[in-house]
Amino acid sequence: MTYAIAAILLVCLVALVTIPLRREQEDPAAAKAAFDREELRAELAELEARKAARYREIRDAEGDRAAGKLDDADFERLDGELRREAAEVLKEIDRVRSQLGLSAKSG
Amino acid sequence: MTSLGTAALAVGFLTTLYAIGAAIYGAVRRERRWVDSSRLAVYGFMGLMVICFLVLEVAFLSNDFAFQTVAEHSSTTTPIFYKMTAMWSSQEGSLLLWAFVLSIGSSAVLYLTRDSQRQVAPWATAVLMVLAAFFCGLMLFSVSPFVRLDPVPVEGAGLTPLLRNPYMAMHPPMIYSGYVLFSIPFAFAIGALITRRLDTTWIRSTRRFALVAWIFLGIGLLLGARWSYEELGWGGYWGWDPVENAALMPWLLGTAFLHGIQVQERRGMLKIWNTGLITATFVFCLIGTFLVRSGVLQSIHAFGASTVGGPLLVLIGITSLGSTLLIWSRRKDLQPERRISSPLSREAIFLINNLLLVGLTAVIFWGTFFPLISEAVTGVSSSLAAPWFADYVAPLGVLLVLFTGIGPLFAWGQLSGSAALRVLAWPVALSSLTVISLAIFTDVSSSPWALFLFGFAAFTFVALAQEFARAAITRRALTGESMPVALGSAMARNRRRYGGYTAHFGIVVLLIAVTASSSFQTKEDLRLAPGQSGKVDDYTLSYEKLVVDPNNERIAFNARLAVSKDGERIGTLTPARQYYPTQDPSAGPIGRYFEGEATSEVGLRTSGTGDLWTAFQPDLAPIEEDVEAGNKALADAGPVAQGIAIVAIADAYAADPPAATFRVIWDPLVIWVWIGGIFVMGGALFAVWPTSSSRQRAEVAKAAKAAREASGSTANPGGRS
Amino acid sequence: MDPSRKRKIRLVVSLSVAVLLAAGLVYTSFSASTEAREPSEIIGSTSGSTYELTGKVVNDTVVRRGEDLRFRIRDREGSENLPVSYSGTIPDAFREGREVIVAGSLQGGVFVAERDSLVTKCPSKFTAEEKS
Repeated sequence: MTYAIAAILLVCLVALVTIPLRREQEDPAAAKAAFDREELRAELAELEARKAARYREIRDAEGDRAAGKLDDADFERLDGELRREAAEVLKEIDRVRSQLGLSAKSG
Repeated sequence: MTSLGTAALAVGFLTTLYAIGAAIYGAVRRERRWVDSSRLAVYGFMGLMVICFLVLEVAFLSNDFAFQTVAEHSSTTTPIFYKMTAMWSSQEGSLLLWAFVLSIGSSAVLYLTRDSQRQVAPWATAVLMVLAAFFCGLMLFSVSPFVRLDPVPVEGAGLTPLLRNPYMAMHPPMIYSGYVLFSIPFAFAIGALITRRLDTTWIRSTRRFALVAWIFLGIGLLLGARWSYEELGWGGYWGWDPVENAALMPWLLGTAFLHGIQVQERRGMLKIWNTGLITATFVFCLIGTFLVRSGVLQSIHAFGASTVGGPLLVLIGITSLGSTLLIWSRRKDLQPERRISSPLSREAIFLINNLLLVGLTAVIFWGTFFPLISEAVTGVSSSLAAPWFADYVAPLGVLLVLFTGIGPLFAWGQLSGSAALRVLAWPVALSSLTVISLAIFTDVSSSPWALFLFGFAAFTFVALAQEFARAAITRRALTGESMPVALGSAMARNRRRYGGYTAHFGIVVLLIAVTASSSFQTKEDLRLAPGQSGKVDDYTLSYEKLVVDPNNERIAFNARLAVSKDGERIGTLTPARQYYPTQDPSAGPIGRYFEGEATSEVGLRTSGTGDLWTAFQPDLAPIEEDVEAGNKALADAGPVAQGIAIVAIADAYAADPPAATFRVIWDPLVIWVWIGGIFVMGGALFAVWPTSSSRQRAEVAKAAKAAREASGSTANPGGRS
Repeated sequence: MDPSRKRKIRLVVSLSVAVLLAAGLVYTSFSASTEAREPSEIIGSTSGSTYELTGKVVNDTVVRRGEDLRFRIRDREGSENLPVSYSGTIPDAFREGREVIVAGSLQGGVFVAERDSLVTKCPSKFTAEEKS
């Protein structure tokens, strides 16, 4: 009884997990290229997140200055540092985009 | 039905093995289709675990005593709610719960990251499925929940009466869900370490899971504390018992992790620290499972020696050693992008709070494992009691409250001294005022740590109030909304921040309540015969009468106590003691109804200023003669006659009861422990709830992806972000 | 001072603080702890120091006189036993034959327990114990 049920479940499972394997065999070179491109995309996503984080930090620093948590001098230094970093991130984004063959205009 | 369960379990085990293999092969050979196949295997595994779970639940609900675990933990007279929850009072049932929650969590995270985490996800899949294989293997080869009994018994043993409490029924699934879900950020951290993708990607895609795990674990801790308070009859909610500590330690480390990753996301620091923290958190989750199931430490909850201790210990060893080596080998990739430049910065305060939390965990770990440590060192096992824990936890807790208050006041980066003075001015002034007035007008200064804690709590409240007020005022100036609406929309616009602040508010309320109720409670044991009365704090309690309340499961003796204050009657308390029958024949046909398990139901009078807590311990010696006589006379009588005799004996006892012991506690502010806890969990839920903006962002991302795929890789993706 | 030197000093200072705190922890834990013993290990001892007595409650020895609870505890494996005098809360799970832990000291052949120190292990419906 147990074996019969197990066999049925096993057949279902095999049918499920082999769906992607039964897809038409891609050209291995193309598959690897696609994999590499995805790696670049992941890097791009991380850079975009870093850009958003820097922008948010710049906004927060402005808020902190308004709230009196930062003196003007502290703010200028922090703001300058953050903007410099944001610019570097933008440069990186452009580099990755051009590697991906996307037009390099990230702002 | 046991065959369906066993078959699903066996196929599930094979599925996890396949998923591990396919994921690693796909990751190494860089073949998407194998990775996709492994993800489908995880979905399939979830389906199989759902089958196992349902099979067992149905067996419990339908009293199918062919299942050994059902026969041992349930009975036909068990109330239906406790039939549903009896599953996890057994070892095999709780292992199944582990695997079940793990399968759902793994499927959820792999579904959410199916298009984004191409490098890390396969390795995370492998880690998660190794865990799944471990728990499935334990069930399959060692403690199966699907063991068949032959012949099938007509009645089961029933659920341990101590566990028949709604808080206790929900406590294990909450704790286990917390333990299991912490495996998800852990698995992704391992994946990130292996692939050296050590940016914040793994954190961004799993921090919600970490927060949800933290919420579950926190709710579980609160439920357990409430159960102890209501059911165990000793009058406390926390006793530094090893099993309680086991669940607290990963929660504290998880708290540190949730704060540490904010520093990493914002400032690119603490990378080694954070990967180490999530590893430690998860290892402590395993240790928690191990402590409950192994019986290596003396505990009121130690469930006796069991067979899964050894394999769990091996898993703990491999996990901690492997992760440490992996982090060490990647230390060059984990270099911080920046350094902490000044102690006057938010990241410095976060780091201090992290160290305090880790220090607290270290102290609790040392104290919990001291019996083993001392045995290893001196050959004699010695244990540490609650006062030792309190000596360390009190100062660390007081400092935690202070730094919880300072953190949000400071900006990221670096503050000048004058700015620091400016932001600290109001909180310092108002908290000093609080301390001075408490010292003058109350006797709080009899406990210095309490005075410190209340002062720092005032500091934190002022700091939080400033933050909320500022947010509301800024928003109002922008939109012209009314104050409450402005506050609401300002909070909704930054859920992580204001949810976090709400949780801070809750934890400080909780710590105030813990301090007040532990430092300033009044505890008396009163020995009262009916008609007598005694005084505790400002309350006079008089023992009015004893009432018998039998039902088909147990006999309850309910004591009625009249409570009066200043000569005026203000209410009635009914602490009770309930006797459940034992199956042991040596107790005799009548005796077995009194010799089985007994539980306390406390009598509680709750108010905002404190609880009046009472437990009742009757002296059953006078009924022994009647029981003896009954045992002899009614040995061959039917159950109906026995039932009548038992009720008659109990009634005769209740008509003229001897003096009984009442433990009475005046517990100031204790209700705020639970209210504070609700704020902590509510704040965290508010932070984790998907916002409309994050949903929008997800849709934009999806649209961009669709455009990219439609137009090929050379075209511009739909719009710049 | 150059920043790397400053960092090094900070590291040394914080490490020494951590070591000091850890030493304090170790010291207090050894002095504050109570040793766990079984009856056979302290029978006849006259030291009067405080122990955590662990073992099983001997059958048919539990007597309650007013607030005072008297019973005997025996070794988990063995029959050597000691009389115990206890007052305070009696845990719900306290029964003859159950494993208990109680703190106190030996005074004239009787183990006089500290108030409220009695702990009973949960009835083991959870265990594999009964099955094995």
